[in-house]
Amino acid sequence: MKQVVLKCCCIFAMLLLLPTVPLLAHQTPSAPATSSSAVPSTVDSSKALNDKLAQLDQRVTAAQSAGDNAWMLVSAALVLLMTGPGLALFYGGLVRRKNMLAIMMQSFMLMAVISVLWALVGYSLAFGGNGPVIGGFEHAFLRGVGADPNPDYAGTIPQATFMIYQLMFAIITPALITGATAERMKFSGTILFLTLWFLFVYAPLAHMVWGKGGLLNASLGGKFPTLDFAGGTVVHISSGVSALVCALYLGKRVGFPKQPMPPHSLTLSFVGACLLWVGWFGFNAGSALAASSLATSAFVATHFATASAAISWSLAEWLKNGRPSALGAISGAVAGLVAITPAAGFVAPMPALAIGFIAGLVCYFMVTKIKSIFGYDDALDAFGVHGAGGTIGALLTGIFAQQVVNPIFGAGKPVGGLDGHWSQVGNQIVGVLIAWGFALVGSIVLLKITDMITGLRVTQEQEIEGLDISQHGEEAYNLEL
Amino acid sequence: MMKLEAIIQPSRFESVKDALREAGIEGMTVTEVRGHGRQKGHTEVYRGREYTVDLLPKIKLEMVLPDKLVNTVVDTILKTAKTGKIGDGKIFLSKVDEAIRIRNEERGENAL
Repeated sequence: MKQVVLKCCCIFAMLLLLPTVPLLAHQTPSAPATSSSAVPSTVDSSKALNDKLAQLDQRVTAAQSAGDNAWMLVSAALVLLMTGPGLALFYGGLVRRKNMLAIMMQSFMLMAVISVLWALVGYSLAFGGNGPVIGGFEHAFLRGVGADPNPDYAGTIPQATFMIYQLMFAIITPALITGATAERMKFSGTILFLTLWFLFVYAPLAHMVWGKGGLLNASLGGKFPTLDFAGGTVVHISSGVSALVCALYLGKRVGFPKQPMPPHSLTLSFVGACLLWVGWFGFNAGSALAASSLATSAFVATHFATASAAISWSLAEWLKNGRPSALGAISGAVAGLVAITPAAGFVAPMPALAIGFIAGLVCYFMVTKIKSIFGYDDALDAFGVHGAGGTIGALLTGIFAQQVVNPIFGAGKPVGGLDGHWSQVGNQIVGVLIAWGFALVGSIVLLKITDMITGLRVTQEQEIEGLDISQHGEEAYNLEL
Repeated sequence: MMKLEAIIQPSRFESVKDALREAGIEGMTVTEVRGHGRQKGHTEVYRGREYTVDLLPKIKLEMVLPDKLVNTVVDTILKTAKTGKIGDGKIFLSKVDEAIRIRNEERGENAL
């Protein structure tokens, strides 16, 4: 028996080493042969073999890194595209013509300002250190952030790639809030408030959910592991809830709700929404941080949830109003994208369809019924879509997450409700509440501070004249001769 | 000289224009306007709120005519712009004191 086993082991070992032979043959010598002796000793040949294997290992790692890095750089670009021009156009088309430039300028300026802050201190605050709530300053000025991977976050890509990818999330999150303050908030106040918000609300939340040591981090052993694949809590709940606070603090637009304020260009909103849909593949699938089957899974789940949500919102409108609107269809799609964001890398395609369908209905209800009952002027429905969509998505993630899709708690460990691990929904609730709380308190405090420094709202005359002229001295369209 | 102002349905405008040209009438000013008489507007829905859009698009035709052409033009417009439904529009006539051609400073009916 022992003889047979030994023979099998020898054959097996030889088979494993077989592929190295042609590689040894193809090797173009870059240096002269190590010794002039005709017959290499056993020690020499096994060292050569080990060197060869180490070299192979390096090349395989480099190849994997190349694939992952290529995908991640593209994903970063896609997420930036979501802000500019995706969100800029989506929001832009929804406002009245006299405020078009202002809303786009706010998104664009954030692309610039948040980028600089991220480089100086933002990345370090979110992803440095290992505290439960906030990071540290070891990566301030992007010290130590270069070609070497950071094994805590993404072991196969340069840390600089991870950094630049995460930056794009930090840009779009505050930009979403401009949807609630649209058409009446000062440019100076917007930039100041959102800069402070980025530092004191976004960075801590990002750290708590995704940073090493973070309280809610599901993959790095947080105390209340909240499943949030691409930012349902960090991005959507935080911005959505803050948006509601801002809308209430600022007050209603002049003329709201009696005066009709329909979108000045649903055509542009359409273009923006489609850019958001495509860009979101970078947002969700890129959150796999590798060109892996998990990225595929997230890509697929994202797409199906979106499709399903567009349908459910349109159906709701068709039943309620007798006809589906273009605005409803694209809003439904965005609601689906928001809701699948925390779930993307944890759920299978069929649950993704369900999540999307539910989100379309819930968000439709929020922006029509709930908004009209409470009467707040969330001008572009940032709360109704992002706040509500993010919340429902985060909760549904706890139900539909499965280890067969992503064994995030370790091999063989159940993840969500479908695995029988229903307590995960409890953890999701904790994460959701913390995100809500942080956003609520943070926004109120920062709004007060901003109000004292720059003021928040334009004058009534400026609001009626339009922000493009009063804040930027420009008109979006000069169509007359 | 009379000024003729006609507010008509946009969908009838091409026919009116062709008919006037065939009748030998040259010279008109056309503006796109919004308004309503007794015609009801339509409802639009935005985020679950319904609101009425009651300013409807129309075409305004303005012409200054020598007195002898006024009846021809009025009849032509009435024939081609009418659909029989509410919203067809109206024609207004008023007297013009003077008309001057800028190019050669001709005055009166010669300027028309």
